[in-house]
Amino acid sequence: MIVGLDMGGTHVDAAIIRDGEIVDTAKTPVDRSNLFESIWNTLEELLSGKDIARIKRINLSTTVCTNAIVENKTVPVGMVIESGPGLNPDFLKCGKANVFVSGYIDHRGREVQKINPDEMQEALKLFQRKGVQACAVISKFSVRNPLHEKEMASFFQKHFSPVTLGHTISGKLNFPRRVFTSYLNSGIHKTFNEFSESIKTALNDKGIKAPVYVLKADGGTIGLKAAERYPVNTILSGPAASLMGMCALIPTYEDAILLDIGGTTTDIAFLADGISLFEPLGIKIDNYPTLVRAIYSVSIGLGGDSSIRVENKDLVIGPQREGAPMAKGGPKPTPSDAMIVLGLMDFGDKQKAFEAMKQLGEEQGITPETVAKKVVDKMAFMIKEKVDKLVHDINSHPVYTVRELLYGKKLTPKSINMIGGPAKALTSALESLFKIPVKFPKNYDVANAVGAALSRVTTEVSLLADTERQTLAVPEMGIYKKISKSFDIEDAKQMASSLLKQNAHKLGSDETVDVEITEAESFNMVRGFFTSGKNIRVKAQIKPGLVALNRGVQSD
Amino acid sequence: MIKAKNKLGLVFFPAFDWAISPTHPEREERLLYTRDQIFEEGITDIEGVESFNPDIAEERDIERVHFCVPDVKSRVTESHRISAGGAIKAASTVLNGQVDKAFALIRPPGHHAQRVVYGDRGFCIINIEAVMLEHVRQQSKNMRVAIVDTDCHHGDGTQDIYWNDKNTLFISFHQDGRTLYPGTGFIEESGGPAALGYTVNIPLPPGTGEEGFLYVLDNLVLPILDEYNADLLVNSAGQDNHYTDPITNMNFTAHGYAELNHRLNPDIAVLEGGYSIEGALPYINLGIILAMAGLDYSGVREPDYYPEQLKQSDKINEYIKKLCEIIYDRWTKRDDLGYKLRKQNDFITRSRQVYYDTDGIMETQTQKFTICPKCSGLNTVKSKADLGYDILGITIPSDACPSCLDKGYNLYKNTAEGKFFKVYLQDRVNDNFLNK
Repeated sequence: MIVGLDMGGTHVDAAIIRDGEIVDTAKTPVDRSNLFESIWNTLEELLSGKDIARIKRINLSTTVCTNAIVENKTVPVGMVIESGPGLNPDFLKCGKANVFVSGYIDHRGREVQKINPDEMQEALKLFQRKGVQACAVISKFSVRNPLHEKEMASFFQKHFSPVTLGHTISGKLNFPRRVFTSYLNSGIHKTFNEFSESIKTALNDKGIKAPVYVLKADGGTIGLKAAERYPVNTILSGPAASLMGMCALIPTYEDAILLDIGGTTTDIAFLADGISLFEPLGIKIDNYPTLVRAIYSVSIGLGGDSSIRVENKDLVIGPQREGAPMAKGGPKPTPSDAMIVLGLMDFGDKQKAFEAMKQLGEEQGITPETVAKKVVDKMAFMIKEKVDKLVHDINSHPVYTVRELLYGKKLTPKSINMIGGPAKALTSALESLFKIPVKFPKNYDVANAVGAALSRVTTEVSLLADTERQTLAVPEMGIYKKISKSFDIEDAKQMASSLLKQNAHKLGSDETVDVEITEAESFNMVRGFFTSGKNIRVKAQIKPGLVALNRGVQSD
Repeated sequence: MIKAKNKLGLVFFPAFDWAISPTHPEREERLLYTRDQIFEEGITDIEGVESFNPDIAEERDIERVHFCVPDVKSRVTESHRISAGGAIKAASTVLNGQVDKAFALIRPPGHHAQRVVYGDRGFCIINIEAVMLEHVRQQSKNMRVAIVDTDCHHGDGTQDIYWNDKNTLFISFHQDGRTLYPGTGFIEESGGPAALGYTVNIPLPPGTGEEGFLYVLDNLVLPILDEYNADLLVNSAGQDNHYTDPITNMNFTAHGYAELNHRLNPDIAVLEGGYSIEGALPYINLGIILAMAGLDYSGVREPDYYPEQLKQSDKINEYIKKLCEIIYDRWTKRDDLGYKLRKQNDFITRSRQVYYDTDGIMETQTQKFTICPKCSGLNTVKSKADLGYDILGITIPSDACPSCLDKGYNLYKNTAEGKFFKVYLQDRVNDNFLNK
């Protein structure tokens, strides 16, 4: 049995899956003042009467870190930032105390200027004076050589916990994001660890021995122990749970559009050959761009409860939600009211829904039914417009080789998969606009919990080998070592694969790891008139995907 | 995050799968470290910096500028069409108002490519700035453009293409041609009869550094630009004046390039040469991006930057000062000199040898610029290469009067087939290109 639990803004959803079948589900409201209790109550309800010894693992998504960040409940962090030459670093100040220090590592990982220990001592004093609890140390190009971050960290590790070292967060090049991500990781460390302690104690009390995994925004999981060190990976995992659930309920192997249409918003995501598209660098939270891997998902202010008004004889839907639909006693006409009038949905007071549409049509003397049809068409149109723009953006993402520019893959969605309350009512409007089939699963309301349950450990590693300098770096794993001159791209791919497996294991994976090499570049380095070495870059990831359900639950 | 003062379009296309040959300076690795630096600085996260992929230049975009022998297909690779297309994309985003400025960080370069193209010279086959300009000029016909070429090598290709076009002011700073390829770019080279003085060459002595470049900019280039008052300013942003460049002898710096770009304030910058791929390009390109975006570039410096060591000698200071006076004096007299030249002649001929260093081809050509009181006049180029080809190229300028337009077509029609390997007609008035 696998248990999946997804904590959203208002509800906690949970599901148990056994041998590829959904066995049971539970849903409880969220108590924002006690997030742990909210999770625990749902789990207890779900597990009552079940054979807990048969639980293989528990996957849960939690908003504890997300909430701590957006509600500004992080601990005071001291930041040590070695910015080297380049952009004016002032905009990187994000901690309670920020110290910019000298020293520089260049783009090939060579130490250009050493760190200055006096500056570290000064920083330490400042942090103590300012009541700093946690630290982060980040140097430019630390992913090419983590030497300075390690040296800097040694000054602070005795005094503060944790000290996040920038290079351990991600292997990607992006200094500002590395700074912000490290900051957030240190800032939410305490919050997450308190939460995980509560979970562990509660499970222990109940005699549940199954390992716990936490959901990430990339639709994968991370073992609880690894999440305790890198809690930043647990932020904003909500959309990912639903999207993964949709993938489980509607198995898809082609390019597709995913829509999660809720009361307030519509989330739009895409599959390329059946696999989720990721954010190129990472997700953004509360004005901080990060290096946290995430499924590319865009939210627009358009849902069943969006308020509708008439402006210049035109219907304007959203982006605000001003309350429930009028059918449920809300203040403003909404798309849900339109759907009720058209008989596409059935809840609330039908007469009030009628009144809502009448109100919208009055000015132009149009019947409520006609207005209702216009509302639904307009909503579909707005979705289409946004989707078209996103597809265009995705298809114009920067490429760097002639081959990719001429022959690179272009996303061409072949179907729409959707979930959410108002989704089904939009089926025919969307189908006639997009001219591709629309699929809709029966039990969409547990998609998020199912997605959580079926998610697997994901990770990636970035390997850079420089055979001229005979160095190799795999920042995510803290590896920085010597290699031979003859190291080549095949060696690099092999090493990346085996390191990826090791890393997956470290992050809690207990399965066979399906490795995918996502990037492999090898450049001849020429100095003078001779080839002096190779510059090899390889990225490997666990192939994104889910534990399979026995069968997808197709639209009815 | 930070916000750019100027909305900047960035066309970054390093062509990681293209090289002239594996160990050639123009190879896959050239912009690798520049990409690392741009990525690590988080440039694309800056609000107002927008990335674009290149367009792909079409055959007629190239025919509008060049006489490719035997034809475009056999001379121009897809990489070249993408590079020119990258420049076109940059210019289009500026002209359609999507961005305030644009930087095309692309390769291969183009400023050594002249009107006639037999092959590769100075690592260039087609002139990417000229292909770009003539493409966008299809929308804005009478646009007056100034090109400032800050590559260390004389922009002889761009000079050749705009030699007789008063609507395109060409200014090139470069290392003196007596000391560096292509061996041209002397003060006396100043344009054809319809545009005399609108080619401005500034040959600088080896060893010129920040002080000298900025002096030339402030005291010569900016005043000239001010008087010319172009609708569009393009910077051919070669980066080989850098003190670490392996094939030149100058002492310019990343900070200097950023400062130069800031003061020059171009609408569009297009990368040209620059082969110090580790020590210079990552920093210069970063400096130019920040300067164009209107962001603080004072923190951009090379790891081995010691200003004292790069200081210019007094002798160089004096030389440059005098040079600027002479060139500025010529600039002020340009219209008188042009008037006299046109009054005394019916046509001007210009014979030269053009060497294609990359491909080892020698070309001999004679250009003939007809003087017409109503327009820039018909011009032709008769050219022969040691490959065995000989061609006649006829250009009807975009401001041609009806009589010159007729003359051009008649000349094309009346040139017997077989007299040359190929005859070309470039009708810039009707954007019509023929060859036989």
